[in-house]
Amino acid sequence: MTASNGPSIEPVLRIDGLTVALPGNADRKNAVQDVSFDVKPQEILCVVGESGSGKSVTAYTVMGLLPKRQLTPTAGRLLLQGEDLLKATPARMRELRGSRMSMIFQEPMTALNPVMRVGDQIEEVLKVHSTMSPQERSERVLGILRDVHMPDPASIRNAYPHQLSGGQRQRVMIAMALVMEPALLVADEPTTALDVTTQAQILRLMKDLQRDHNTGVLFITHDFGVVAEIADRVVVMQNGLVVETGDARKVLRNPQHPYTRMLISSVPSMTPRARRPDPTSATVLKTHNLEMVYGGKSFFQKSRIVRAAHEVNIDVKRGETLGIVGESGSGKSTVARCIVRLIEPTGGNIYLDDADIAHLPTSSLRRHRKRVQIVFQDPYRSLNPRRSVGDSIAEGPMNFGLSKAKAWDRAKDLMTLVGLDPRAVDRYPYQFSGGQRQRICIARALAMEPELLIADEAVSALDVSVQAQVLELLDDVRKKFDLAMLFITHDLRVAAQVCDRVAVMHKGEVVEYGTATEVFAAPRHAYTRSLFDAAPGKDWEFGKFEAA
Amino acid sequence: MSQQASATVMGGAKRPGLAVMDLFRRHPTMMLGGAILLVMVLGALLAPWMFTVDPIKFNPINRLKVPSETFWFGTDMYGRDVYSRAVYGTRISLAVGVAVAILSVVIGLAIGLVSGYMRTLDHIIMRVMDGLMAIPAILLAVALVSLSGASIVTVVIAITIPEVPRVVRLVRSVVLSVREEPYVEAAVAAGTPLPLILIRHVLPNTVPPLIVQATYICASAMITEAILSFLGAGTPPEIPSWGNMMAEGRTFFQLAPWIIFFPGVALALIVLAVNVLGDGLRDTLDPRIAKRV
Repeated sequence: MTASNGPSIEPVLRIDGLTVALPGNADRKNAVQDVSFDVKPQEILCVVGESGSGKSVTAYTVMGLLPKRQLTPTAGRLLLQGEDLLKATPARMRELRGSRMSMIFQEPMTALNPVMRVGDQIEEVLKVHSTMSPQERSERVLGILRDVHMPDPASIRNAYPHQLSGGQRQRVMIAMALVMEPALLVADEPTTALDVTTQAQILRLMKDLQRDHNTGVLFITHDFGVVAEIADRVVVMQNGLVVETGDARKVLRNPQHPYTRMLISSVPSMTPRARRPDPTSATVLKTHNLEMVYGGKSFFQKSRIVRAAHEVNIDVKRGETLGIVGESGSGKSTVARCIVRLIEPTGGNIYLDDADIAHLPTSSLRRHRKRVQIVFQDPYRSLNPRRSVGDSIAEGPMNFGLSKAKAWDRAKDLMTLVGLDPRAVDRYPYQFSGGQRQRICIARALAMEPELLIADEAVSALDVSVQAQVLELLDDVRKKFDLAMLFITHDLRVAAQVCDRVAVMHKGEVVEYGTATEVFAAPRHAYTRSLFDAAPGKDWEFGKFEAA
Repeated sequence: MSQQASATVMGGAKRPGLAVMDLFRRHPTMMLGGAILLVMVLGALLAPWMFTVDPIKFNPINRLKVPSETFWFGTDMYGRDVYSRAVYGTRISLAVGVAVAILSVVIGLAIGLVSGYMRTLDHIIMRVMDGLMAIPAILLAVALVSLSGASIVTVVIAITIPEVPRVVRLVRSVVLSVREEPYVEAAVAAGTPLPLILIRHVLPNTVPPLIVQATYICASAMITEAILSFLGAGTPPEIPSWGNMMAEGRTFFQLAPWIIFFPGVALALIVLAVNVLGDGLRDTLDPRIAKRV
């Protein structure tokens, strides 16, 4: 289907001076402005940028899926194999979508119809866009499911989306997208919602399929690891503008634009920093055979037991950072929630200094509360939207008897400490950006003068440049207050940068436990090795560049 | 420490709820509902000065008069002025509607908060609420009135009881979702005592849906009151209420339809106004629902 009849290869998609206007009340005039680039056949073009860069708007414009009346293309041309998509009628766009261009989305659960068998959903594409007989369609569905390496395609086709794993659902999405052999595949963060091992499989699959099917891929991502893994060429976007375009290797090795340099420099390295945990410092936290079992009490149904944590033995010393690394469902957050005593563990002990807090009743637990503080993942839900940030920071100290005036003074000092304007204490959370909110959450935790600070995926929702700053802040406060820190993350790069020691969790158990340098250099457990192998761009050392 | 993130905080976006005028401009139907309601409330409060005569005084000479300049809405079979009775009747409807709304929200809020936060009590409370929901308001009212005699207080109690479970369920569902929010967990980790967590972090989240629910309860309570009065199980017959008026006018329906017509229209109008106001409030307080419906 590739239209390569000229001497130079004709691009599958040519975007030429595309401008999409934002509604009048937005903070800038255009969502994307004067964007131009090509996607050639058999090429993977990665569009990289942070949130708000306009990368997804570009993708949605190509597919003609922009929300009507809110975002409208005002200038430029979008040529799909020479045909201008901006001039195409809605009927023509419907014809093109699914047959000559198709899209896969970030969240495969919501992108699939939950009440329709996946085989039927793939077949529907064929029904709409081809004249195949039912027999042929059925064979084609089986064929494409085999192509995306589904185990047992014959039974998978009769499954509903909820019966499949996240990776399998994304494979179904890819099968749907490729079944008509489109010339262009648009992928909007297709692996962001997946675990790292699944992500590696999906990336490999996409690369293979794209080569076999001659597809040009427009791949939207925020992750430079993914770029290093699969991109042929890169387009870097910032605030709706293209700031750099070029060959992937060249851009990664020698970025020209200051923004690109800053972004690539912000990617944490996989090589742990050599740090010296002081063996003489006191142990702040120690868990002994910590156990958390869910379920099993049901009266009517057959009891189903989920072991979220099993025989977890970890310890954190003053001044050091222990990382808990694992994929979703590994039990790392459960351990954190037990230690903060948001939930009561079903077994084992949690020692803070010498006091066992694992099973203390709420009343006697209260004096231990201030010793352990936690920073959560989602900066938008971690602060009460109806209370000023000063109220939020001062709440804890006031619970423990500090006067309002003194607590607010402390709040102001802490705002300065986390790099925010102390005069902003009487503002409300919605007036701050995600990174700033995460700083406020850190200030709130520090207000209690804790001995142990738990960061539960505290930088996972942040853009890479903001992430680097918040990590730096966390490290600063750890040093300054000689804190013990428990750092929970799924991101190996982040773990390598902040952790002195690492515990790798898998299915509720700690499978590997040692200093970061040891674990990263020579992982002993098979699961740890597979985890490290799956890390995107693991073979690529991201340079540190001076911001020009 | 990084300098980039310091100082600059996003500018002063306006706080929600301040721009009342702007809000009315965007929701004209809500404004209309509010205006109708306001007129009716004022009319009820200022009834003696609304060109009314004594609503319960018999006037046998002017029985069953057609609406005219002297008797705007006509007169009933005892010669009482239908207009005056309708205006005074507004008081009963409003009083019952508002009282039921406030009572059921206050009781339901208290029970709902407890139910959402205490898992053991929750099972018991919710089963009791299921039981209460199964009681039809009208039957309960008839039973209560036959036990304790007709009075407005009885009517209010009878309508409130079946409304409470609806409020409890609403509050409980909000509590169950809010208690999982990280900011509530952060407050727990900061040692905030449970009552303070409820007041500071949970309660404010229940206010917007409760305001909306209260308007619906108010509207349905007014209808139920009218039904009860119509059946003779509600407001005592000596007090003019719309339900009573319609019940008394029923026998003369073909002869003097205005006796039923005007209180009927008044009831429909006030319920419509309250509901439209409630819809508007729902849309402004929770834009997500507005998009979904």
